[in-house]
Amino acid sequence: MVPVLFTILAFQLAGEAMSRTLDLPLPGPVVGLVLLLAAMRLRPGLAEWLRTAAQGVLAHLSLFFVPAGVGVIAHLSLLRDDGVALLLAIFGSTVLALVAGALAFTLVARWTGQEGGE
Amino acid sequence: MTADPALIWAYLTQGPLLWLTATLGAYALGDAAFRAMGRQSWANPVLIAVLVLGLLLTVTGTDYATYFEGAQFVHFLLGPATVCLALPMHDNMARMRAAALPIVAGLLAGSLVAVGSALAIAHLFGLGPQVLASLAPKSTTAPVAIGIAERLGGLPTLTAALVLITGIFGAMVVTPLFDALGLRDWRARGLAVGTAAHGIGTARALQVNPTAGAFAGIGMGLNAVLTAILAPLVLRLFV
Repeated sequence: MVPVLFTILAFQLAGEAMSRTLDLPLPGPVVGLVLLLAAMRLRPGLAEWLRTAAQGVLAHLSLFFVPAGVGVIAHLSLLRDDGVALLLAIFGSTVLALVAGALAFTLVARWTGQEGGE
Repeated sequence: MTADPALIWAYLTQGPLLWLTATLGAYALGDAAFRAMGRQSWANPVLIAVLVLGLLLTVTGTDYATYFEGAQFVHFLLGPATVCLALPMHDNMARMRAAALPIVAGLLAGSLVAVGSALAIAHLFGLGPQVLASLAPKSTTAPVAIGIAERLGGLPTLTAALVLITGIFGAMVVTPLFDALGLRDWRARGLAVGTAAHGIGTARALQVNPTAGAFAGIGMGLNAVLTAILAPLVLRLFV
């Protein structure tokens, strides 16, 4: 268990270092993700070795957003003036973006003969 | 032994244990409610946990800094969890490669519409340039969104709040929306929710289907880069 946790943290650490050093527009953990994915392509055994731990962490991914979410409540006063307009902008644009993204994917998949995931 | 509850409370509020326990307890409660409601997406466990904790903080008169001393251990795990998204992507690599063109199309459309329509609606309501700059990157993962908002002259704390509201709303609306539209391709559903609602949407996609989770992860990762490029250009149309 410890070597697995060490490996996951080490990839994040490498990602943070790379993101800072190269001044990338991506945050450290996302760079760490890319590095780990590359490492898994080179050594498929790594994916199996990490599988149990990684699936355990991902099963609770939404839990990790709770502390930041509580921060929204703490900063609710920021939303007071423009709250309704901001909420409508978020609700409207999220629905539109979901539909646009999924439709564009489906249409291009049809044109290129990559139809149907299942 | 001290029997004075005020002293015990004062002691407990000094350490991180109390709010760490409360965070896990509130999430467990939210998750139990989510299951009890038959996994209806409006009973989002993050939303329930946030509301319960917000209420607890208000009732006990605790400020966010004190709360975060305990909650930071949970918050920290976001980083390692993001790294772990490499696993479902690795598992779905052949599928993602085969769908490279649809991914690019879905990403471009989702990202442009997310930024453009949010700014258009906010502009209609007459919101000022600083608020628009804070809103523009709300569909990307929080650290990237804050960086973009700072560069555009927005307010980082406002952006953080807007990012989270976007994520929770996206996670709640995605399943009923796509079911109503009859959209059954898990790849399209996943990519769209990762692009529009970053990590919280990705967490929701992982709960529903592993392929959707992998495509959501790629949508989230690529949209972080794309929004950094698109947001300043689209914002220029409105300010």
